[in-house]
Amino acid sequence: MACLSWKRGRGPSSCRAQFLGEHMARVKEKLYEWIFAALAFSSLVFLIGIVWVLCKESLPIFSRVPLGSFLFGKFWYPTYCPPEFGILPLILSSVWVTLGAMVVCVPLGVGSALYLNEVANFRQRQILKPMIEILASIPSVVYGFFGVVLVTPFLQKVFSLPTGMTALNASFILGLMATPTVCSLAEDALSYVPRSFREASFAVGADRWQTLIKVVIPAAGSGISTAIILGMSRAIGETMTVLMVAGGAAVIPKTLLEPVRPMTAAIAAEMGEAPMGGDHYHALFAIAFILFIITFVFNIVAEIISRRFRIKLGISR
Amino acid sequence: MKRDIIQKIGFFSLFLSILITFSFLGMIVYFIFSRGLPVISWDFLTQPPRNAMTEGGVAPVIIGTVYLTLGSMIFAVPLGLACAVYLCEYSPKSFVVNVIRISINNLAGVPSVVFGLFGLAVFVKFFGFGVSLLSGSLTLGILALPLIISASQEALIAVPYSIREASLSLGATQWQTIRRIVLPTAFPGILTGVILSIGRVAGETAPILFTAAAFYKRGYPKSIFSEVMALPYHIYALMTEGAHPDKQRAIAYGCSLILLFLVLSISGVAIFLRQQQRSYHG
Repeated sequence: MACLSWKRGRGPSSCRAQFLGEHMARVKEKLYEWIFAALAFSSLVFLIGIVWVLCKESLPIFSRVPLGSFLFGKFWYPTYCPPEFGILPLILSSVWVTLGAMVVCVPLGVGSALYLNEVANFRQRQILKPMIEILASIPSVVYGFFGVVLVTPFLQKVFSLPTGMTALNASFILGLMATPTVCSLAEDALSYVPRSFREASFAVGADRWQTLIKVVIPAAGSGISTAIILGMSRAIGETMTVLMVAGGAAVIPKTLLEPVRPMTAAIAAEMGEAPMGGDHYHALFAIAFILFIITFVFNIVAEIISRRFRIKLGISR
Repeated sequence: MKRDIIQKIGFFSLFLSILITFSFLGMIVYFIFSRGLPVISWDFLTQPPRNAMTEGGVAPVIIGTVYLTLGSMIFAVPLGLACAVYLCEYSPKSFVVNVIRISINNLAGVPSVVFGLFGLAVFVKFFGFGVSLLSGSLTLGILALPLIISASQEALIAVPYSIREASLSLGATQWQTIRRIVLPTAFPGILTGVILSIGRVAGETAPILFTAAAFYKRGYPKSIFSEVMALPYHIYALMTEGAHPDKQRAIAYGCSLILLFLVLSISGVAIFLRQQQRSYHG
């Protein structure tokens, strides 16, 4: 890391008053350092707070429903009497939609990154790269809105379905949404590949395409996989788009052309109606906890891979 | 000869992928703008809604989004900046610092709906702020915290070591160096990071779903404890609630246009500034 710390020089001081003044100054310095140190822990505190809240609010449901039947139960009927809390349909919906999104965003995102880094000339890159970053900031609710008003009727007509709000729709929109993120991250990884790698490849007679396939992609491979994992993490945790376009049927999906209800959509749609402190409320927190664990694992894996990548290419930051 | 053809095909497919990406994203922007523009008028921007959300403007909704975003920044900027200063200026390389770093990265990856639940359990319920501007701002602030920290860190790292050393060698203390030398030099970079996070926070819906947002509220928010209407939530609510889907849809187009315009221009400015700064620093 590029951060350093340094100590103030301590010269001998003969005068008592000067000594006192210097002492005060030193105390003040220490005080500032401690204040900053305390504030620096805030993000750790919030992360622990999130885990604690999720634990505390989700534990009561497991005294009613065992963990096994909560995770693998096939029926999610939280408002029936008696209610059923099996979140397998929700988990599978999330997985289904996320995998679908990956099919869209991996080729588009990585392909765009490769184009930007390897094919585009300087001027094109100067314009296209910031544009990708600007487009990455389109809010999810706008994607969702676009999905509802344009993609839904289109899919309904093309496949002659009862409703256009399906897993396919959600996958497509989510994939589109994750594309700029994946592209930016993959582009960063590609730009870390040292020039000397490419020059060595050209020197032994490879052309640009061979260099790209045999040298650049393997060298940046773990960086690109980090980008894909972070894109997946973003897609599985995305709420508004799937809430608006996935259709919301809590059944185990069999095809891409059925409505589904991913975990995030279930939380967002049902939390408003769930009575506070009831079983349904705790069950929704338990879903959030599982979601949190999934994204946490994704992030840790991405972190480990990217650290190795940096060491491999000798990047200190 | 064969190699040439393979290379041509390969590069063409890469070109195709970026073309598809831009055409879809461009289509979204174009679609929202072309359908939304006819809805936009002076009254739409300055009048409150009338007749159960089917007529009138969206002024309180825009104001609500502005309040929420400002509130979150008031909370997140000092905290994030302090955190970045500690990590870059004071921190010894140690286990603790690594833990802080990892926790920042993970906080950045937490799904936004989980922030919403955290806000619901902590600010709305535990602290008793209720569904309010304050709860929503704090929740959004936590979401923005990792963004602010990493942007500030980047800005602080870009400050050359020589000027820190020059300041210290003149007898300035470390705090004086940070306050008078490092922070002013890093200020443009930090500002850019803050603007970028404003763009991100303004469009977030899931965190305010249970903590701040109301579909219909008479007039402007009066205190930090009142519910607010916000653009992103309003779009969602117009599409899913209410009794007049057709009339509401027109307003939803208008809201989407305003939100998209706000967010794209905010992040456009930030990214443009960053580009300038990077080329300045070399």
